[in-house]
Amino acid sequence: MTGTIAASSGATFAAMLSIASAVPSRVVDNAEMCTYIDSSDEWIQQRTGIAERRWVGEGETVETLALDAARSALQRAGITGSQLSALIVSTVTYFHQTPSLAAKLAFALDSTAAAFDISAACAGFCYGLAQAESLVRSGAAEYVLVIGVEELSRFTNRHDRGTAFLFSDGAGAAVVGPSDVNGIGPVVWGSDGSQADAINQTLEWSDALDAGERPYVHMDGRAVFKWATGFISEAARKVLDAAGVQPEELDVFIPHQANNRITDAMLRSLKLPEHVVVARTIKQFGNNSAASVPMAMDSLLASGEAQSGQTALLIGFGAGLVYAGQVVTLP
Amino acid sequence: MATTEEIRAQLAELVNDVAGVPVEDVQLDKSFVDDLDVDSLAMVEIIVGCEEKFGVTIPDEDSKNLKTVGDAVAYVEAHS
Repeated sequence: MTGTIAASSGATFAAMLSIASAVPSRVVDNAEMCTYIDSSDEWIQQRTGIAERRWVGEGETVETLALDAARSALQRAGITGSQLSALIVSTVTYFHQTPSLAAKLAFALDSTAAAFDISAACAGFCYGLAQAESLVRSGAAEYVLVIGVEELSRFTNRHDRGTAFLFSDGAGAAVVGPSDVNGIGPVVWGSDGSQADAINQTLEWSDALDAGERPYVHMDGRAVFKWATGFISEAARKVLDAAGVQPEELDVFIPHQANNRITDAMLRSLKLPEHVVVARTIKQFGNNSAASVPMAMDSLLASGEAQSGQTALLIGFGAGLVYAGQVVTLP
Repeated sequence: MATTEEIRAQLAELVNDVAGVPVEDVQLDKSFVDDLDVDSLAMVEIIVGCEEKFGVTIPDEDSKNLKTVGDAVAYVEAHS
């Protein structure tokens, strides 16, 4: 006998209902950075735009940062943890391989929702947002919490002149739910595994244990810069096209905060109008991978540079290499 | 087929756009790094810009040899 399987159906549209972030307490300025590497404040600022970065302080971890951001996001969305249908956490710096950070956070938030971690590095928040949007519209979920959190200070070789000054810690969280109007445009995403070595972990954990060495994140800055200024600029244009949004209709541009010079190159390529507010939170936060896009969004909204209801272009890109972007309505 | 001067002029616009160097300074005998003060990140962007503008592919091992404006123009002439 052949049965008929019911299909799920969900909301017509999804939107971000809130955004929040957690900023680690320890400020590491370029003067302190230059006690670890042979560099200068001028060189770091000129090459990256970073004046200072945040590292976790006493008692702060990916878990505490993620929870802080998550609780604020739930409160701002006006829902409780028990109303969540799913939690998606993007991180490359939760050093406990199993179980997932998401499941642990769900429990702390009084939720028994579906919970899982994803590994999409600096594109992680945009990957999570795309999944959340699909879950809400498919009916698999009503409210989804998307978190990007990193503690890259524990994963960075402080004496590596190529990466030490770049990476930082932080967390951002968004609640995605049903909406009367569409608030999250089609995702444009992909990967290029041929460039897996452009950003990677220096040693597998098992080899690191055998060798008694600590693994770090390694980056071929030249390869990443080339990919980001060329291919990713083009991908950002495709994100606008997919959403049917003209550059003139855009209010805010929030690229992953990898490097101000990459942002500059994207702006030249995209030819965005002058009125578009551009996120440059890398100046005070550094590059905190999956946390950078939501932290920048929350920061722009908090400062009044961006307003709720405005249209923003998001694009994340990083280790994989992977990328994802979408046009969203700011919560 | 574009002339050497046409390629130089287009390259000068690109270098101006990326690194703010006056177009008239971008002459064949000039070194990107030593004369035009183009840093390594800007150089990567100029290479990407050349690939788009002139429809050439410039692998890393070749791009590292493009020291002067003349080197870049000659590369484009040979490969486009």
